[in-house]
Amino acid sequence: MSGITPEIVAEHGLTPDEYDRVLRIMGREPRITELGIFSVMWSEHCSYKSSKFWLKKLPTEAPWVICGPGENAGVIDIGDGKACIFKMESHNHPSFIEPYQGAATGVGGILRDVFTMGARPIANMNALRFGSPDHPKTRHLVGGVVAGIGGYGNCMGIPTVGGEVNFDPSYNGNILVNAMTVGIADTDKIFYSAAAGIGNPVVYVGSKTGRDGIHGATMASAEFDDDSDQKRPTVQVGDPFTEKLLLEACLELMATDAIVAIQDMGAAGLTSSSVEMSDKGGVGIEFDLDLVPVREDAMTAYEIMLSESQERMLMVLKPGREDMARAIFEKWELDFAIIGRVTGTRRLVLKSGGEVVCDIPVPPLVAEAPEYERPWVPTPPSPLLSATDALAGIDTTPIIALAGLIASPDLCSRRWVWEQYDHMVMGDTVRRPGGDAAVVRVHGTDRALAITTDCTPRYCVADPVEGGRQAVAEAWRNLTATGATPLAVTDNMNFGNPERPEIMGQFAGCIEGMAEACIALDFPVVSGNVSLYNETNGAGILPTPAIGGVGLIEDVRSQIVSSGFAAKGQTIVLIGDTVGHLGRSLLMRLLAGSDEGAPPPVDLAAERRNGDFVRNLITSGEISACHDISDGGLLIAIAEMALSGGIGADISVPDSGIPALAWLFGEDQARYLITTISPDTLLAGAADAGVPATVIGITGSAVLTVGDGNSISLSDLRNAHENWLPEYMAAGNI
Amino acid sequence: MKAAVIVSPGSNCDRDVQVALRQSIGRDPIMHWHGDPDLPDVDLIVIPGGFSYGDYLRAGAMAAHSPVMREVVTRANAGVPVLGICNGFQILTECGLLPGVLMRNAGLKFICRDVDLRVEAEDTVFTHDYVDGQIIRIPVAHNEGNYFADDETLNRLDGENRVAFRYCTPAGEVTAATNPNGAARNIAGILNENRNVLGMMPHPERLADALLGGTDGRPMFDGLAEALAPAA
Repeated sequence: MSGITPEIVAEHGLTPDEYDRVLRIMGREPRITELGIFSVMWSEHCSYKSSKFWLKKLPTEAPWVICGPGENAGVIDIGDGKACIFKMESHNHPSFIEPYQGAATGVGGILRDVFTMGARPIANMNALRFGSPDHPKTRHLVGGVVAGIGGYGNCMGIPTVGGEVNFDPSYNGNILVNAMTVGIADTDKIFYSAAAGIGNPVVYVGSKTGRDGIHGATMASAEFDDDSDQKRPTVQVGDPFTEKLLLEACLELMATDAIVAIQDMGAAGLTSSSVEMSDKGGVGIEFDLDLVPVREDAMTAYEIMLSESQERMLMVLKPGREDMARAIFEKWELDFAIIGRVTGTRRLVLKSGGEVVCDIPVPPLVAEAPEYERPWVPTPPSPLLSATDALAGIDTTPIIALAGLIASPDLCSRRWVWEQYDHMVMGDTVRRPGGDAAVVRVHGTDRALAITTDCTPRYCVADPVEGGRQAVAEAWRNLTATGATPLAVTDNMNFGNPERPEIMGQFAGCIEGMAEACIALDFPVVSGNVSLYNETNGAGILPTPAIGGVGLIEDVRSQIVSSGFAAKGQTIVLIGDTVGHLGRSLLMRLLAGSDEGAPPPVDLAAERRNGDFVRNLITSGEISACHDISDGGLLIAIAEMALSGGIGADISVPDSGIPALAWLFGEDQARYLITTISPDTLLAGAADAGVPATVIGITGSAVLTVGDGNSISLSDLRNAHENWLPEYMAAGNI
Repeated sequence: MKAAVIVSPGSNCDRDVQVALRQSIGRDPIMHWHGDPDLPDVDLIVIPGGFSYGDYLRAGAMAAHSPVMREVVTRANAGVPVLGICNGFQILTECGLLPGVLMRNAGLKFICRDVDLRVEAEDTVFTHDYVDGQIIRIPVAHNEGNYFADDETLNRLDGENRVAFRYCTPAGEVTAATNPNGAARNIAGILNENRNVLGMMPHPERLADALLGGTDGRPMFDGLAEALAPAA
């Protein structure tokens, strides 16, 4: 009699109904270790119980998709026998409690997800959201998260090539740390997690198991309150040096034919890895927990199974390969222990001290995990904000607005962040951070991947469907602007409490918009992660469906352009329609301190048409620079191109009936800026393709001029752009 | 010529150096595992960047005692050129081939960016394809690049013209503002007395390919290939 009381059930995050289901599956009262296993496997983090219903609506297939969602990461074919393996994952809750370790282990976890499938990671990305700059915790969190991401990736020797950073008060109590890894493998050497071969050895490799991170997955499935700091012991501690050894040892073993199946131990550690491997393979697994390498004495079965110690992997080997595999891991000074066998029972059986401490039937543990179609209400629409109304009573000039915006927390340079990331190691970073998308060469070839992370949460909160469309479209556009053909996405769905219908409404809306955009742009979702309960004391974050996009550049020596102006005297052409949409624009945030109105509509047919036109111009070598237009609108994009290239521009505002500020700072979608020396040919081509194209200016000198005589020097612009973040961070070191 | 790259647990610029050497020499260097004391006969030894042993204890401190390092010290003392980049520089100071230490960056943050360097000593096997006073641009990427030595050592380094590179402005002025890590006298790289051992924090191997944004690092590897090629 183990005495599982209702209090113990509640402490494990299981509802009474869910516990009844446990009793039915087990046919008896569970032992405490068994209860712990049900608890983590059925947590929101591991079971996707609130989101699964909606995630099924996302398109996941395309001829180039090798493996969609469900494995450790998504896999796409990039030709020449190579596959790109990638995924994005959140580490939000741990990073708020302990920013350095939380962010570092987030990077470590996503790296393992990618190399467990046989890929060498070639790039890291991230999407970070912090609270208001005025909030007393923000500075500390920014500093810790950035140092943690750098600390892990730099030591691993994998470049962190880009990402995004936002500030908004809704993240004051729940920051978002979404980390993405992209790796390359041979298409015939991809490793999966399905265990097979009755009697085959199950092997534990990597770090020893300690008491860190016990119930991390459960913590990630609950709201915060004011005592959240007390959850610090549930945050794992990372050791990137061990992970570097684990990476090299795994890749060395993967080059042989010894591995049947492999799975990293991430959230819920040994529990989720063994359950997933046995369930996918339709087999059972039996462990002797006395054989698990442990860091501390007297660890119980419960602690061993629920530990989230980092840098560990579980493998099924072919019989007879144990000694060869052991030699590789010992060379890399890592633990290697045969802890069990594959069985034909389809049960997870654990022994400790000679006694059975757990005996769970795996199929119902997985298949009967709760799945909720939670009640939801659609987000009420926001009224369209007319540019004339929005600008009534506002007295400023384009240059003053530009100088303000370019130095704002939303748009200032992120150099302070990415200079703490080694973004060049591995010697293939062709486009460094700061442009539209990072470009990383596939080692030893002339091909390259373009990689981006994007989301505009202030659009999502106003209209989740439009915001979902926009996040996907912007990722697609950023890849296109380098010359890449967008191939697939990974998503990281960050939302508040799914038990509130308005939050589920945001989730459902974002999924709907994302699905539409992914279908229209041939941009399937191949992997992803959901993070719910991002709330503190009942206040949720802005809905944040972060999109990580990957595209392919066939010839990185010729089919690519920079995002900065390349030479003086070139014609600047605006591609796409401009109506001057100011709803939810950064201009209105700056001038009126408000986030109001409907977000800009996304016309997916126009996105496709305009983007395909621009990509063709790039790959055929007809243009010299290209940049997509997004946050802050056209003049911000011009300023970024000028700063990046060190060349100014003279911009004329057309007499279109649109107020100048709306034309310059409206956030209309599906737009690009390009430069050319032969505008006539280009405009004729655009007319033939049905693509709106307008000459708006010319590059030159070291000054940015807008309209008649309004100008700012590039050095003033650069100072405004570069200084805000370092000054903000330095202000904390009094 | 034959080159060896020493690979320690935690090395992570070993492949980058391999690529740069292959480009200049025309053949692959030997990638030599730190645990193997039997170092083949080579004309050049490179200790690459990374986080050997996770920077535990002190950056480079543990790798300096790895089995192969005793042999590296012997070869260096016998005149074989040894190039230590970043963590390799830290290892060379830890094993006593170069004086001084590399402390944590003055800004207390990891820093990865292109820096301008003034070439101060063109008369070495590593730098003879540059000229004194030339300004080159290559990246740094480190947490502990703050070179420190006592005044006597620094005066000696200066007096014997053993500072190979200094951080400077694009115009070549050596100023406090151009010092990325607080290094004494803006020192980015130094030589041993015999001028056959060079330790430097910046990474020449990272800008030896125009596609990556520059080629100012390439003359170092080209120069080594020319100088160490067997006489025709």
